[in-house]
Amino acid sequence: MTSPLEQKKIRITGPSVVTANRTWDGAVVYRTADRGWSTALADAAIVGTSDDARALLAEGVADDVGAVGAYIAPVEVKEGGVIKPGNLREHIRSKGLTIDLLPA
Amino acid sequence: MYAYDELDRTLINERVSEFRDQVKRRLSGELTEDEFKILRLQNGVYLQLHAYMFRVAIPYGTLSSKQLRRLAHVARRYDRGYGHFTTRQNIQFNWIKLAELPDALAELADVGIHAMQTSGNNMRNVTSDQWAGVAPGEVEDPRIWSEILRQHTTLHPEFSFLPRKFKIAITASEHDRAAIKIHDIGLRLHKNADGETGFEVLVGGGLGRTPFIAKTIKPFVHGRDILSYVEAILRVYNQYGRRDNIYKARIKILVHELGIEKFAREVEEEWKLMGDVGLTLDHSAIEEVRSRFSYPAYEKLPHMPDELKQAAADPLFERWRKNSVAPHKVQGYSIVTLSLKPVGGPPGDATADQMDAVADLADKYSFGEIRVGHEQNLALPHVAKRDLPQLWRALDRLGLATPNVNLVTDIIACPGLDYCSLANARSIPIAQELTRRFANHDTADMIGRLHINISGCINACGHHHVGHIGILGVEKNGEEFYQITIGGRADENAQMGVLIGPAVPYAEVADVIEDIVEAYLALRDRPEELFVDTVKRLGVEPFKERVYATR
Repeated sequence: MTSPLEQKKIRITGPSVVTANRTWDGAVVYRTADRGWSTALADAAIVGTSDDARALLAEGVADDVGAVGAYIAPVEVKEGGVIKPGNLREHIRSKGLTIDLLPA
Repeated sequence: MYAYDELDRTLINERVSEFRDQVKRRLSGELTEDEFKILRLQNGVYLQLHAYMFRVAIPYGTLSSKQLRRLAHVARRYDRGYGHFTTRQNIQFNWIKLAELPDALAELADVGIHAMQTSGNNMRNVTSDQWAGVAPGEVEDPRIWSEILRQHTTLHPEFSFLPRKFKIAITASEHDRAAIKIHDIGLRLHKNADGETGFEVLVGGGLGRTPFIAKTIKPFVHGRDILSYVEAILRVYNQYGRRDNIYKARIKILVHELGIEKFAREVEEEWKLMGDVGLTLDHSAIEEVRSRFSYPAYEKLPHMPDELKQAAADPLFERWRKNSVAPHKVQGYSIVTLSLKPVGGPPGDATADQMDAVADLADKYSFGEIRVGHEQNLALPHVAKRDLPQLWRALDRLGLATPNVNLVTDIIACPGLDYCSLANARSIPIAQELTRRFANHDTADMIGRLHINISGCINACGHHHVGHIGILGVEKNGEEFYQITIGGRADENAQMGVLIGPAVPYAEVADVIEDIVEAYLALRDRPEELFVDTVKRLGVEPFKERVYATR
């Protein structure tokens, strides 16, 4: 998996969001429709076309003080509008570690 | 222990002030991320999946109890209560906040710890044998030379903007515990026919997407000349090393493309051309560094104290002693390895409470000194044999007496996709599952020495190429798959493992490893034949057949 931070051509095939890490603490954040960032995936602005994705990404990248390393990530929109991460990497970023920290 | 002088302390403190100002300017927007990135990397700060990751240098793997307590404090105060010891004898904190990093760095600087050159395209932490200075039969303490190199290369302009990162490891023992053959420069300390101390110099080792074993370019370089010789190597690298392609920028690629003979000639010519550039180490300069290393005032103790004889009746103690206790150069003392590989735990992790407790035990039993090994375990280097039973009981209570050192569950693993932005696949849960499969210590003992190394991507931070069994995470159509190699090793006979076949899915990895181990048990010609020797004798075919016949 090439790191999404190395995205060059932007061509999305399904619902996507723009995600990054918050500058001051590195927390995972998602670009919202009101031009801000949220730590909740549920708040993310969803885009469905490559043009919209490019525009949302450009907006996120421009906010260099708010967040770092913005890129487009796939999501799944479930019944009732519930947003789920679209791959394992994004699942881990959204939900946290998949491991036990203590021996078991 | 090495005692920092005023120059060292000033340098570290000035670095904290600089970084505090850089962070302030970054958070205010005065610096963009592009401008800031190289500055944070020069201070060990990466951006990972969930947060910033902070890599702290532990030069040649030596820590004082005071320093370990401070690392515990940083883990507790600035992170989530634990740290991860790495294959380059460093420690990483995974959840640190950029805004708090200058404070953390300042607290570390108070005890002589820094993060300089733990990342970026410069000379990285010079690593060494974790048993340096205490291993029987050692030529001399290799940390003295590691420290000389550290001082010379730290912030040196010629080494600060190299084509890529550059790693040096030094060993002074017959058995290489520092994995020098997989480093950009590997130095093996030995004596020549005249009894003079010097180095066999190996160049061009490394793992990653293009793995190579380092080759010898000069069998003996006198100790006094090591700085100028290393500088000659770096000059040749700086002159010819590629900067146009990150994947071809390591010195191993240059050595491979030029050929080892031509590379060696280039270095030799450069070295002669350099002439006397003030880098020859006179006796007093070496002794000055040597004098700053303090060694314990060992007692005269019996080889076999009564306490040890009595404790030998306890089979659990005996199992641990045979596994985790190694001979010391001084009679009556031992080197004790503390396994950071508990069954079901993330390899190399230690909690802040464990770090504090180990610091206390180091004060009580090891003259206040702790070592970090590249296998991601800790060691107490100066334990009186009479104290071993008490130490064992204390370590057992802390979960640090798992008797699995060098066995199948002593797994090296990178952080993998659970933490790392470069990873393709997870490493830690694979390791955790394997430790559960082989949790029975009798079984692990019966299997014998077997190193499993796991990397979550081709960058190979988990040294998968040189694992007796190597596991490399790859991604196929959005799913985690793992390539398995066997027969690798990282010691004085270092070699790369051989791929046994197509990658297997996440859910099958532990089954495959069990199959390989079962095949080994059936194929070895005697119980003493190690896994890696059976592979050497028979090749990969019998193992391949066992794994893929039913898949």
